[in-house]
Amino acid sequence: MSSSSSFGASPADQNVRAFHLASEAEHHPENGTLLGFWIYLMSDCLIFAALFATYAVLGTSYAGGPSQAELFKLPTVALNTSMLLLSSITYGFAMLSMAKGKKGATLLWLGITGLFGAAFVGLELQEFAELIRDGAGPQRSAFLSSFFALVGTHGLHVSIGIIWLITLMVQVGRNGLVQANRRRLMCLSLFWHFLDVIWIGVFSFVYLIGVLR
Amino acid sequence: MSAASHTHGAAPDGHDAHDGGDPHGSMQDYVIGFVLSVILTAIPFWLVMAHVFKSPTVTAFSIMALAGVQIVVHMIYFLHMTPKAEGGWNMLALIFTLVLVTIALSGSMWVMYHLNANMMPTTEMTGGAMAPGTMAMPVGTMTEGNKVGGNTTSPGDMGGMKMPPPASARDPRTMP
Repeated sequence: MSSSSSFGASPADQNVRAFHLASEAEHHPENGTLLGFWIYLMSDCLIFAALFATYAVLGTSYAGGPSQAELFKLPTVALNTSMLLLSSITYGFAMLSMAKGKKGATLLWLGITGLFGAAFVGLELQEFAELIRDGAGPQRSAFLSSFFALVGTHGLHVSIGIIWLITLMVQVGRNGLVQANRRRLMCLSLFWHFLDVIWIGVFSFVYLIGVLR
Repeated sequence: MSAASHTHGAAPDGHDAHDGGDPHGSMQDYVIGFVLSVILTAIPFWLVMAHVFKSPTVTAFSIMALAGVQIVVHMIYFLHMTPKAEGGWNMLALIFTLVLVTIALSGSMWVMYHLNANMMPTTEMTGGAMAPGTMAMPVGTMTEGNKVGGNTTSPGDMGGMKMPPPASARDPRTMP
């Protein structure tokens, strides 16, 4: 915490304030950001738990409308799942390249991860568009409302993750693999793998078990 | 912003001292995690698409069990969870969240199942003309309370949901 930068404050004050004023490349408490980000992810997990619970309660309220077995196309879901799974391992490769300090390889793997992520979101939007076109939009029944809320929230998370990923690619491209960028990439790594964990719940509980009903 | 201003630089390449405690994983970890995930994803899809089990219940339980295993695989190999990560705080936050998630999920399903079971007869009495889920309110059971809008209902009449005599229509097990 002892900063070499001086801002004319008293030494006691400086110890506190230098923490905010110092450039972001230094003076972060050991792993504090990652723990904080993990706690954010856990709170995000509660949002998804609420949406899963809503779906569990309303998933059979069809209001005379179509059921899961009539709407879901499992081959599309399988393709979607593989996109997300592939993006998880390519992000892992990006992290390994980062650990070795290879900027070019990191950017390459991040780019591939982004493409897989975009393919996932694209397939999901296509599925949503087909459902809405066939009159099975979120307003059709309580089942479809809860389905769109749950799967849509996940898709929104992935979309925001892609925007974050592009932002980090620009920052790594400009500033290289400095400490601040490494920390950000690690946070995004947690976020990205966390979304894959949520997707396991979605494809198992919503799609596969839904088709069984 | 330059790496030279980095003050943690005890190790030659500057960042290692800082990254020491951070989860990285190795190539081997990621490949093992990926292969296990592919297998654990393929099996449930195969179970459903090839109709392996006759009973949907068996299939459903197998899917949930495999999903549980795959989540653990992701936690270990992709998210690098260990009991020691972040001095145990990571794991503590995870366990706390899992407890909350379990309470929220099982509690919601339990409460709503019982609510549905207890409300269902009202729908049946109106002759099934109503869409499932809509509140049935037979004209004969209208009370003074809900004619005014429901705000003045006394605890006794439950806003018009008072049960008329034919109790035989109800499953005695769901009686409150």
